[in-house]
Amino acid sequence: MSNKEPLKLSEHEEFLIKIKKENFRVHTARISILILFFCLWEIAAELSWIDPFITSRPAAIFDTLVLLNANGELWRHLFITVGETVVGFMLGTIIGTLIAVLLWWSPFLSRVLDPYIVVLNSLPKVALGPIIIVWVGAGLMAVITMSLLISGIITIINVYGGFHEVDQEKIILVKSFGATKKQILQKVILPASFPTIINALKINVGLSWVGVIMGEFLVSKAGLGYLIVYGSQVFKLNLVMTSILVLAVAAVGMYLAVAYFEKKIIRHL
Amino acid sequence: MMKRKILTISNLTKSYHTKNSETLAVKDFSLNIHEGEFIVIVGPSGCGKSTILSILSGLLEPSSGEIIYHSQTYPLSIGYMQQNDHLFPWRTILKNVMLGLEIQGRATQENMDKVIKQLKMYGLGKFLNSYPNQLSGGMRQRAALIRTLAINPDILLLDEPFSALDYQTRLAVSEDIVSILKKEKKTVIMITHDLNEAISMASKVVVISKRPGKIIDTHDIRLSSEGDSMLQKREAPEFMDYYNKIWKELDVHVE
Repeated sequence: MSNKEPLKLSEHEEFLIKIKKENFRVHTARISILILFFCLWEIAAELSWIDPFITSRPAAIFDTLVLLNANGELWRHLFITVGETVVGFMLGTIIGTLIAVLLWWSPFLSRVLDPYIVVLNSLPKVALGPIIIVWVGAGLMAVITMSLLISGIITIINVYGGFHEVDQEKIILVKSFGATKKQILQKVILPASFPTIINALKINVGLSWVGVIMGEFLVSKAGLGYLIVYGSQVFKLNLVMTSILVLAVAAVGMYLAVAYFEKKIIRHL
Repeated sequence: MMKRKILTISNLTKSYHTKNSETLAVKDFSLNIHEGEFIVIVGPSGCGKSTILSILSGLLEPSSGEIIYHSQTYPLSIGYMQQNDHLFPWRTILKNVMLGLEIQGRATQENMDKVIKQLKMYGLGKFLNSYPNQLSGGMRQRAALIRTLAINPDILLLDEPFSALDYQTRLAVSEDIVSILKKEKKTVIMITHDLNEAISMASKVVVISKRPGKIIDTHDIRLSSEGDSMLQKREAPEFMDYYNKIWKELDVHVE
C-alpha cells in the first residue's frame, strides 16, 4: 500500500501535524481575543457607547505612552517600581530562608514562635502600611519593607515546611558518618530543599508586586503605583490605564525571567 | 582458630517513650563479635532489630547496658547501610561516595584515589560523574556500599540492605555485596527477614524473639557446599536443617 501512495504520512507525522494545528488554533484564538478587545474598546469609545473620560480608549493610551516615553517619565517610574520589586522579592526570599534555617536549627524557638508566625501570616500586611511609613519614612524604604513583609512570611512558612519534608533517613545516613548539625544543614537540608527555595522565589515575585504597588499607593511619591493613584485622583484615566498596561507587561516579563532562571538552575541539579 | 574479639554487647536494653506509653523494644541483648565474622540477626518484624543497629551505630542511646570496643583505634569506625541507597540526587556518584570522608574531614586526594579505584574495581568506573538516576537499582546499591566502605569502617552494619530491590536483582546484588565484603575482609552485622539470605550469607545467625527483642538462639553456620556462591550454598545438605530449626524458633504465625 505504501508503495502505491509514497506521499502517505506515517502515523507519527500525522500526530505531529495534528499537534501543530491544535497549537496554531490556540495561539490564533488568544491573539484574536486581545485584538478584538482593543478594537471593541476603541469602537465603543468612538461611537460613544462608553464615555472615554472614565474608561479611556486604546488610541489615547497609545498617545499617553508615546508622551511618557518622550519625556522619560515612563522609564523613571517603571525603573523605580521594577527595582523595588526585585529588591523586595530577593530580600524576602533570602531573609525568609535565613529565618527558616534559624527555626530549623532551634526546635525550641520554632515552637515558641509558631503562634506569632500564624498571626503575622493571617494579618493583612497592608494594615501595617501606615506604621511602616511612620517608622521608616515615606519613601523607597517603606515600599520595599511592605513587599518584604508580604513575601518574607510566606517564604518562612514554605521553606521551613520544605526542610521538614527532607527524608529523615538521609539525615540518619549523614549522622552515621558523624555529621554535626551544621553539616546536616549544609550537606542534606539545604541542597534537598533547593527546589522549594526556588519555588518560593517564584511565588515571591507575585507577592512582591502586591507589596510594592500597595506601598506606592500609600507612599505616593513615584512608581507605577503612584501613577495609578495620581491619575485616578486627577481623573486622568488615560494615565491610569497606561500605567496598568505597563505594569501587566512588566509583571509578566519578570515572571518569565524567574521561570527561565528556575529552569536553568534545576537542569543543573 | 580463635579470632580477635572486637566488640562486646552486654545486657543492652532500650525503651521508647511516648506521651501515653513506654515500649520496651530490646531486652538484655548480649553478643560477642569477633573480627571477620558475618553475623546475621533474624527476627519477626518489630522485634527491635533496627533498634540494636541504631544503638551500635551511635544514633541512639541505650536505656541500659554496655557496648565495649576491644580496639586499639578508639573510637571504632562504624559503617551503616540502610534499606534504600539514599544516594543524593544532586551529587555525582563519586561525590556521593565521598560523602562520609567529606563529613569526617578526610576527603584527601589520597582517599579520593582509593575510592575511585574501588569504584572502578566494582564496575562503576564509567559512572564516576553520572548522577544516581542514571544507574540501575543494583548499581546504586553497590555505590551505597562503596560509600560505606570508603570511611574504612571496622564494623559494617547492614539494615535489610536488599529489601528495597526486586527478587531477581536482590539475588544478584546480595551475591555481589557478599563477595565485595569478603574481599575487603570486613566484620559485618546484618539484619534481614529472609532466612535464605541469612543462612547463605552468615557465619553466625542470631535469632531474636518478638518484642521485647531477646536472643532465642545463635547458630554457627557451617555449610559443606561445593563452592562459595550463595546459590551453591543453598544446595548444601545442612541448609534445610538450619532453615527448619530457625523457622521453628521464630514461631511465626498469622494473628
